[in-house]
Amino acid sequence: MAFDTTQLIPLLPEIILLVGVSLVLVIDLMVTDKERTWPFMLTLFTLLAAGCTTVMLADGTTQVVFDGTYIRDPMSDILKASLLFLAVPVFIYAREGLMKSGQWRGEFMTLTLFAILGMMVMISSNGFISLYLGLELLSLCLYALVAFNRDSSKSAEAAMKYFILGALASGLLLYGISMLYGATGKLDFPSIAQAVVGKESDIVLVFGLVFVVIGLAFKFGAVPFHMWVPDVYDGATTPVTLLVGSLPKIAALGLAMRILVDGLGELQESWQMMLIILALLSMALGNLVAIAQENIKRMLAYSTISHVGFIFLGILAGSDEGYRAAIFYVIAYAAMAAGAFGVLIALDRKGLEVDQLHQLKGLNEKHPWLAGTMLLLMFSMAGVPPTVGFFAKLFVLEAIVSVGLTWLALVAVFFSIIGAFYYIRVVKHVYFDKPTDDVEVEVGGAAQVMLAINGLAMLALGLFPAILMNLI
Amino acid sequence: MSVEKFLFYVFAAMLIFASVMVITRRNPVHSVLFLVLAFFNAAALWMLAEAEFLAIALVLVYVGAVMVLFLFVVMMLDIDLSEMRAGFMKYLPLGIGISAVMVVELLMVVGPAYFGLDKYAAPAAKAADYSNTEALGTLLYTEYLYPFEIAAVILLVAIIAAISLTLRKRPETKYQDPSKQVTVKKEHRLRVIKMEAEE
Repeated sequence: MAFDTTQLIPLLPEIILLVGVSLVLVIDLMVTDKERTWPFMLTLFTLLAAGCTTVMLADGTTQVVFDGTYIRDPMSDILKASLLFLAVPVFIYAREGLMKSGQWRGEFMTLTLFAILGMMVMISSNGFISLYLGLELLSLCLYALVAFNRDSSKSAEAAMKYFILGALASGLLLYGISMLYGATGKLDFPSIAQAVVGKESDIVLVFGLVFVVIGLAFKFGAVPFHMWVPDVYDGATTPVTLLVGSLPKIAALGLAMRILVDGLGELQESWQMMLIILALLSMALGNLVAIAQENIKRMLAYSTISHVGFIFLGILAGSDEGYRAAIFYVIAYAAMAAGAFGVLIALDRKGLEVDQLHQLKGLNEKHPWLAGTMLLLMFSMAGVPPTVGFFAKLFVLEAIVSVGLTWLALVAVFFSIIGAFYYIRVVKHVYFDKPTDDVEVEVGGAAQVMLAINGLAMLALGLFPAILMNLI
Repeated sequence: MSVEKFLFYVFAAMLIFASVMVITRRNPVHSVLFLVLAFFNAAALWMLAEAEFLAIALVLVYVGAVMVLFLFVVMMLDIDLSEMRAGFMKYLPLGIGISAVMVVELLMVVGPAYFGLDKYAAPAAKAADYSNTEALGTLLYTEYLYPFEIAAVILLVAIIAAISLTLRKRPETKYQDPSKQVTVKKEHRLRVIKMEAEE
């Protein structure tokens, strides 16, 4: 059987990224300057090139290549493009933070790029094998990155927890996959979808589904599988938290969509119930516990958990409208989280990380631009119109109301209102409190410009949500 | 009972025995050795299932390489068992409760009722000259080419991650640079100073 080289065309973004990261790996060995300008420029160029290629390949069709292990469809295009373009600000912020703490090493670039490659593999997987390998590629990079600050015992502890719980979650996911394989005899999603027709109440399938959903919930960080989230967010150095907290959520949504919708769409009744429980618990615990946090990184960790609840709401609606809402939500959320951690990085001083809420007091007097950015990001996370966070929540709520789950929408709104408290408390600290110290804010030009763009994008997408929604 | 069936039960029983011993031994070195026994029995089970290549790979890779490394690590680490056991009794009731629920669920699903021979017929035995090594190789490089490449990337990441976590450059360390030693010249070592001759 001859190999048709045109099969490689849909894979171009992944190939570009892999070639780019290999080049970064080699070039980084030869540079001597502390700023690592060349590898960094190459990293950004690789991301942009891969992103533009993804956009150019997107034509609304579906292509399955490599004997059914790889799929490129409109969903993978939008998720991958947003992933690659959002990675650019993530890198710019992370460089700023790592330079301040003197940890700017080439491995951060290579490991992060490999993590992004793993996310792309997950998003584009058309079967359990490539999906699982992509997930492991992502997880391995993240474990190593969480331990990136080698002199901090807190980082090492967080990495250890993340590694053990992550391995456990992978084990549960694999066990579920093996059950599904046992029940259907297939590993690729279209065949599984065919094999499960008419077997909605098959106990082996449901049993496998339970384990798969638990594995997914672990990777998302949904309650009650959320224990690692606050420790990892708090333990890792802020640039790594920025990475862990933003981009992987997009990939996790891809993972959930591939398994639950592409593979097990027929079992929707079963997984809808499980996701309702996960979503309710996540929104309740995430929002309530976040109020009690004095550490801003832990607060954002619990806020992530509550946002994951909202993303699950979009998926469990089980309609195209719901899936689109979930994709919109996750992209908006990744941009908000990147911006929020970006502001924290901008406030970092040499060798000292900003992680307490009171350290934000009086930011408006010190640096009005950063304060304005933080205001937009916090309003967006709380879901205040006219920011993008409002529309993200609105689309999700619309989707679940239209499938008849009005009570769930009411509960979601209730918890969002509780959640608004701790976001607005940050705004109060920034604008209405006196500064407690007189340390100047030092932030590099590139990061400052990027942060301003990030904050304004939240407003622009809120004013014109159709720009993003029409793409999905 | 056929010989194969008898062997299966022998190896399965030994596997379970070895696994229980792994988690109950006080001495970690004993645990590792029982784990080796468990791997051998698992390999024998695979052999019975006509997966010869996997059986041999399991022995070569796990017993030959991974477990030896494991043994080294266990011997080098000074593990305080009493500290590790602290809290064991506290969490025991919860642990037993959850395990019991899991075991009951597993027994309800994984059994002859859903996975019996009437549901899945036993595959016909392959001919004597059938090579599953060849079959695996062919599949791996054709149908599973894409996952295979990703697995290669994962290994590369493992190398980079391990080095980035452990390699430390210590500028104060004194070390020899052979190329500098070889290219050394007289002028590097000896300084001739012109001086006024004194009476």
